[in-house]
Amino acid sequence: MKFDSIIIGGGLTGLVAGISLQSKGKKCLIVSAGQSALHFFSGSFELCSAPGDYEDALATLPSSHPYSRMGVARTLELASGVKDFFLSSSIKLSGEDKRNHFRITPMGVLKPAWLTLDGYASVPSDRKMPWKKVLVANVGGFLDFHSDFLMAGLEKEGVECIPYIINIPELDRLRTNPTEMRSTNIARALTGNVLCELASQLSKAGAGCDAILLPAVLGLNDPENANSLKARMDIPVEFVATLPPSVPGIRTQLMLKAHFQSLGGTFLMGDTVNEGVFEGNQLKGIKTVNHADMVFQADNFILATGSFFSRGIKASSTEVFESVFGLDVDYTEERPQWYSPDVFEKQPYMEFGVRTDDKFRVSRDGNVLSNVYAAGSVLSGFNGLKDGCGAGVSILTALDVADRIANGF
Amino acid sequence: MNKEINTSENNFEQCIKCTVCTVYCPVMAVNPDYPGPKQAGPDGERYRLKDPEFFDEALKYCMNCKRCEVACPSNVKIGDIIQKARLQYSSKKPGLREFALSNTDLMGTVATAFAPVVNGTLKLGAVKSVMDVMGIDKHRTFPSYSGEKFVTWFKKHAQASQQQYSRFVTYFHGCYANYNYPKLAKDFVKLLNALGYGVHLMDKEKCCGVALISNGFKKKAMKQAESNLSQIRGAVGAGEAVLATSSTCSFTIRDEYEHILGLDNSDVRDSVMLATRFIFKLIDSGQARLVFRSDFRKRIAYHTPCHMEKLGWSIYSVSLLKMIPGVEFFMLDSQCCGIAGTYGFKKENYPYSQKIGDSLFRQISALSPDVVATDCETCKWQIEMSTGFSVENPISILADALDVEETIKANK
Ligand SMILES: Cc1cc2nc3c(=O)[nH]c(=O)nc-3n(C[C@H](O)[C@H](O)[C@H](O)COP(=O)(O)OP(=O)(O)OC[C@H]3O[C@@H](n4cnc5c(N)ncnc54)[C@H](O)[C@@H]3O)c2cc1C
Ligand code: SF4
Ligand code: SF4
Repeated sequence: MKFDSIIIGGGLTGLVAGISLQSKGKKCLIVSAGQSALHFFSGSFELCSAPGDYEDALATLPSSHPYSRMGVARTLELASGVKDFFLSSSIKLSGEDKRNHFRITPMGVLKPAWLTLDGYASVPSDRKMPWKKVLVANVGGFLDFHSDFLMAGLEKEGVECIPYIINIPELDRLRTNPTEMRSTNIARALTGNVLCELASQLSKAGAGCDAILLPAVLGLNDPENANSLKARMDIPVEFVATLPPSVPGIRTQLMLKAHFQSLGGTFLMGDTVNEGVFEGNQLKGIKTVNHADMVFQADNFILATGSFFSRGIKASSTEVFESVFGLDVDYTEERPQWYSPDVFEKQPYMEFGVRTDDKFRVSRDGNVLSNVYAAGSVLSGFNGLKDGCGAGVSILTALDVADRIANGF
Repeated sequence: MNKEINTSENNFEQCIKCTVCTVYCPVMAVNPDYPGPKQAGPDGERYRLKDPEFFDEALKYCMNCKRCEVACPSNVKIGDIIQKARLQYSSKKPGLREFALSNTDLMGTVATAFAPVVNGTLKLGAVKSVMDVMGIDKHRTFPSYSGEKFVTWFKKHAQASQQQYSRFVTYFHGCYANYNYPKLAKDFVKLLNALGYGVHLMDKEKCCGVALISNGFKKKAMKQAESNLSQIRGAVGAGEAVLATSSTCSFTIRDEYEHILGLDNSDVRDSVMLATRFIFKLIDSGQARLVFRSDFRKRIAYHTPCHMEKLGWSIYSVSLLKMIPGVEFFMLDSQCCGIAGTYGFKKENYPYSQKIGDSLFRQISALSPDVVATDCETCKWQIEMSTGFSVENPISILADALDVEETIKANK
C-alpha cells in the first residue's frame, strides 16, 4: 500500500504533522501503537518556562535544543501560526503575542503557559489575578481533583475561595466502583438534564463570586456540553486541570484525529511499526505487527513515537535505544550519569532521544537516512518537563518537518 | 519483540497505571457495576495471584471487545488477562442459557433441519417467554435459519466445478454463513472463482469457539480449536491460505487460540486471514483485478467491529469498497455496537448493550445510507435490529457490484 508520507506515532506530534501534510495535498498514513501523552494534558501547551516575554529566553537555550536548531526566527515564525492551525481543527486556544501567560496547576501553583484551551482558568502575563472571589466546586466523591490544594494556592495569590461540593444523584451511581469515578466517566454523565441541574446548583452557590472554578470534567467528544453549561449561567465558569485521564486532552486528540481523517488521512490505531524496509540510506517501507507481510510504502517518513513514556525510546540496563529501527541515539554512556539521585532535580535521561541532522533527519550507524525525519518528544536535546517546552517542541518540529517535506527543502 | 524481560506471560506488570484504557471501555461508560479494564485487568491480576478469593464475578460484564488493548500505550493484554481470569477463577458454572447460546454448531444443525418451524417459533410469544425465563432478552430476534446449509449447497452445486482452477484457497465459513446466511458464503465462492481461485472447504470445520470461550466452556473450546487447527494445518500444508468472512472467526483462530486457550498456532497463524485482506493483497500487488459493473450505485457506511479494530484490518475491507466506482463511502466512528456476540442476548446485559451502541445507531440514522457494511455477523444483527437499516458483509457488496464476466477475463 502506497502513501506520500507515513508518520509513526499518533500523538500531538504525529497528528500535527499529518494534518499539515494532508492539507498540503499529501496522502498520509499514521500508525499509532496506542493512545498518547495528550491523555495527560494540562489544558495548556507550553513553549518555554519564561514568565512573560519569551523571545529573549529562546535565544538563551543550549545549542542542542530543537528550537536552537531551527533558529529563533524560524521558531517564532512557526509559533505565530499555531493558534490558527488548531482553529482549523475547531480547537480554540488563547494566548498572548510572544508572551507567556500563566496556567493554574491542580496544586494551585501558577506556571508559565504559551497557549491555553478555551474555557480554562488562566492568569494574564502580568500575573494580576482576574478574580477577587471564586467558588471552587468539586464533584462529590471525585478523588482526582484536590480543591484544598487549589484553594490554598489561590489564597496565596490573594483570591478568596468558597468551597462547594456538587451533589447530583445521577453522579452517585458512578460511585459504585470508587476507583473508577474518573473524569471521563463524569464527563459522560454531565449532559442533558444533568447539566441544567448542575447550572442551577452552581448559580445558587456561586452568587456573589467573580467566577466558578470547576474540575475539567466536561466535554469528552466536543466542547458542546461545556459551552451549554456556560450559556445557562450569569457567572463565568472556568476549568482547572484534574489528575489523568485529561478530558480536554482526550477531546483534543479526538478532534485532531477527526480532522486528519476528514482531510482524507488514514489512521491505524493500536498497531506497532516493527520493521523497516531499507534501500541504501533510504527507507522504502514499513511493516507492522497487525499487517505482517504487508509493506506500507512512502516517499518519506516521520518518526513521532514519543519518548520513554510512549516507548519511542527505551533503555536496557546498559544502553538507551530507539525502539523501531535502532537509530542513533544521543545519550551518556555511563549509566550512573543517566539520572540524578534527587527526583526533583533535572534528570539527564529526559534529554536522551534520537540524533538528527540540521533538517531533523535521523541516522543509523552514523549514516543519515535521507527521507526519515524525527519530530516531537522522541528528539534529543531538551527536557520538556523541566524546561516547560513539551508541546512547543512537538508542535513546532512537526510543522517544520512537514513544511520541509511538502516544500522539499 | 513485544515481550519484555521480567514480565509474566500475560504481561500485567507492563501496566504503568496511566488510566488510558478506562477511557475506551464501552462497558464502563454505561455500567457502573463493571470495575473497568484497569481494575479488572492488571490491577486485579496482582491480587488474584496472591489469593484467588479476590476474583470478582463482575468481570463477567467484560465483552472481550479488546478496545482497551487497542488504546493501551504499554501493550498490556488487558482483555486477555480478564478472559483468562474468568475461565480460571469464576465459580459460576455456565447454565442452560450459556449452553444454548454458545453451542452454535449443535443448535444450528438442529435448527436447520426444522428451519420453517424454528423460524416461526423464535418469533412466537410463548417462545419469547421461555427465552425470558432462560435469561435471554425478549427484545432479541434470533437470526433465522436457512433451510439448506451452505455446506450442503456447496457439495451439490459448487464443489465439482472447483476442479477447473489451478490455484486454491480454503474457506472457513463459520457457523453464521453455514446455517443462517448461506448467501454470504455463496458470494465468497462467486468472488474467489471470478478472481481465478478454486474454493476448498475443510473436511470437518468446527465452530471457532468464540462463544464457548466467552461463556465459560474452556474444555469444549479447546477440543474444537485443536480440531480446527489440525484441519487448517492440512490446508496450509497444501499451500492454501485459509480465509474467513467473519472478523471474529479470524480473530479467534489467530489470537484467542494462543492467548486464551494456550494453543500453539504460530505455524499457521499468518495463513489464516480475512478474505478482504487476501483479495486486497492480490490487487495491491498486481496479481489480480476486479472489474465492477458500471450501473452499480450505493451509499455505503462502514462499521468497524471491535475484533476488526483489534486486528487492524478494516483498511482492507474499506479500500476494496472504495474501489467500486459507483460507491459513495462513509466511515462510521469506530465504536462498539453493543452486541459482542452472545453478550447482548443476555437479559441482564440487554439495556447496556443498547446504550453502548446508541451513538452508532444515531450516526447511521443521520447518514441514512443504502446499506451498512461490516465484517461481523453479530454486528449485523444488532445494527439491523436497532436501526432498521440493512447490513451486508463487504464480500457480498463486492460480489453484487462485480462484473463477473469481465473479472473472469481479467484474471485468466
Ligand atoms: C505524562 C505527560 C504529561 C504531559 N503534559 C504536558 C502538558 O500538559 N503540556 C505540554 O506542553 N506538554 C506536556 N507533556 C509533554 C509531551 O511530551 C508533549 O506535549 C506531547 O504530547 C508529546 O507528543 P508526541 O506526539 O511527541 O509523543 P506521544 O504523545 O508520546 O506520542 C507518541 C505516540 O507514538 C506511538 N508509538 C510509539 N512507538 C510506536 C511504534 N513502534 N509504532 C507505532 N506507534 C508508536 C505511541 O503509542 C504514542 O501514541 C507531557 C508529557 C507527558 C509524558
Ligand atoms: S492503558 Fe495499559 S498501562 Fe495504562 S492503565 Fe490501562 S493497562 Fe495499564
Ligand atoms: S475487553 Fe472491552 S469490555 Fe472488556 S475491559 Fe476491555 S474494553 Fe472493557
